[in-house]
Amino acid sequence: MSTPEAAPAPAPAATAPDDSPAPPALVFDDVSVVRGGRLVWSEGTFEIPAGSVTAIIGSNGSGKTTMLKVVLGLVPTSSGRVEVLGHAPGDGGASGRGDIGYVPQDYTSTAGDAIRARDAVLLGLTGNRWAFSRTTREQRDRVDEALAAVDATGFANRRVSQLSGGQRQRVAIAQAIVSRPRLVVLDEPLAALDLRNQREIVDLLGRLNRDLGVTILVVAHDLNPLLSVLDGAVYLLDGHAHHAPLSGVVDEDLLSHLYGTRIEVVRTPQGELFMRSV
Amino acid sequence: MRTVDLVTYQDNWWEILTSDFMRNALLGGTIVALAAGLIGYFVIVRNTAFAAHALAHIGLPGATGAVLIGIPVSLGLGIFAVGGALVIGALGKKAADREVATGTVLALATGLGLYFNSLATKSSSTMTNVLFGNLLAITNEQLVVFAVMLVALAAAVGLIYRPLLFASVDSEVAEARGVPVRTLSVVFMALLGLVITMAVQVVGTLLLFALVVTPAATGIQLTPRPKRAMAVSAAISLVSVWAGLAFSAMLNLPPSFVVVTIACLVWFAVWLAARASHRAGGAIVGAPSRATEEHPVHA
Repeated sequence: MSTPEAAPAPAPAATAPDDSPAPPALVFDDVSVVRGGRLVWSEGTFEIPAGSVTAIIGSNGSGKTTMLKVVLGLVPTSSGRVEVLGHAPGDGGASGRGDIGYVPQDYTSTAGDAIRARDAVLLGLTGNRWAFSRTTREQRDRVDEALAAVDATGFANRRVSQLSGGQRQRVAIAQAIVSRPRLVVLDEPLAALDLRNQREIVDLLGRLNRDLGVTILVVAHDLNPLLSVLDGAVYLLDGHAHHAPLSGVVDEDLLSHLYGTRIEVVRTPQGELFMRSV
Repeated sequence: MRTVDLVTYQDNWWEILTSDFMRNALLGGTIVALAAGLIGYFVIVRNTAFAAHALAHIGLPGATGAVLIGIPVSLGLGIFAVGGALVIGALGKKAADREVATGTVLALATGLGLYFNSLATKSSSTMTNVLFGNLLAITNEQLVVFAVMLVALAAAVGLIYRPLLFASVDSEVAEARGVPVRTLSVVFMALLGLVITMAVQVVGTLLLFALVVTPAATGIQLTPRPKRAMAVSAAISLVSVWAGLAFSAMLNLPPSFVVVTIACLVWFAVWLAARASHRAGGAIVGAPSRATEEHPVHA
């Protein structure tokens, strides 16, 4: 396996953060969404800077996943303007080319027995191509690269159904990043994981963001495990969508209002933040 | 009490096997086995085994109705199976959510098939042929139609292979990447309807599962690699059909019975082997909990 690496295309995501200010990864301009006759949220006006890690937070049913699906172009907006990496969402542009990676909440529930982790990752690269074609050496190398990036090389040849929750989450992330996206969106990636796996997935997201400059958007119901990597958050409060940098979000009044229960923000002597319900 | 000869050995079985009608049976069975191998993997991955079973039954009133109005049985069967497939595909939700609806339509269709059959005076053999298949009655015209269908199926699967696999493994991610998931679902069901139209004529409505679904399930147990699983599945279907015809000629047994029995025995043997291998620790079917211990991850 000593093929010379195909000249790595200069990843558009790898622009150094201190270049001239990059255009925002996400622009929401007075956006509202109606699903099944119900207004999910409205007045969504904010920008998310390229190269940031942003959480989408809010109570259950506030429309967090809906916002993610708007970004992916899976749910239409009823008013306002959305721009994702400079395109309208889901126009086949950014997402079709693989500029956006998506890690859903329930990754492969039924088909896991019939496919290896490696093949699932390959689908992230070639799954939207028509007509039969052989997988090229370069494509296989890209899959290996993505698997290595998420520490999944050791179980790449196993069936997805044989993997633990944390391993499955890694495979899903590898599938999302194999196309070298500039934006990765994840829906509750920590929900079913134990503390160690949560820690490792968060570290992985931090590395993706830091080393490759990938913009990360993550739906979360618990901010605590993510605090070390977050730059800001979109919060869904009283049916409206807002964005604030992390310093603005870690606010007892705001969080208490958001979750409908008294939240206390604690700073440890080491300077670490966490929040708890009191 | 009478004694029953369960099997009768026929000396002239080679003669039977090389006769004209047997040639058609072998060719027809081969085409259908290849078609079943191509589609079966996706039936399992897409969790539509029950829908496949139901479609075969939905074909029954098409077949008995065809006799009633005097059109070819295969045509009536095809119209109902593909039509039903398109409806199921257009509904678009996961098959698991539709079990009750599918089962209800299945029962209704079977009843309707019986009713149509009772209206026609001379169609009792049609009924038996559709329920249990009649490989030995395959005509030259049918062979041509089967061959055309197989070529169309292979071309279609070749064209949509990757997007269909993507949509089957994770429809949401595929949709986000621009794969037309709904359209693919309809196209897949239409292809499945075609295969079922062919397969019903080989093993019949009641036994179809064993030729379309069981070999694919066996293939997936043996290998998680999609193309290999399809090849293994087609090979099992082929062996079942060929050996089925040979044994039926030798022992004067209904071909469908032998075909289905072989496919099921292979599945059962592989299932037993997988269990044994799992117990011994080398997991064909592995436990998720153990995976973490075997491969501690270093982040």
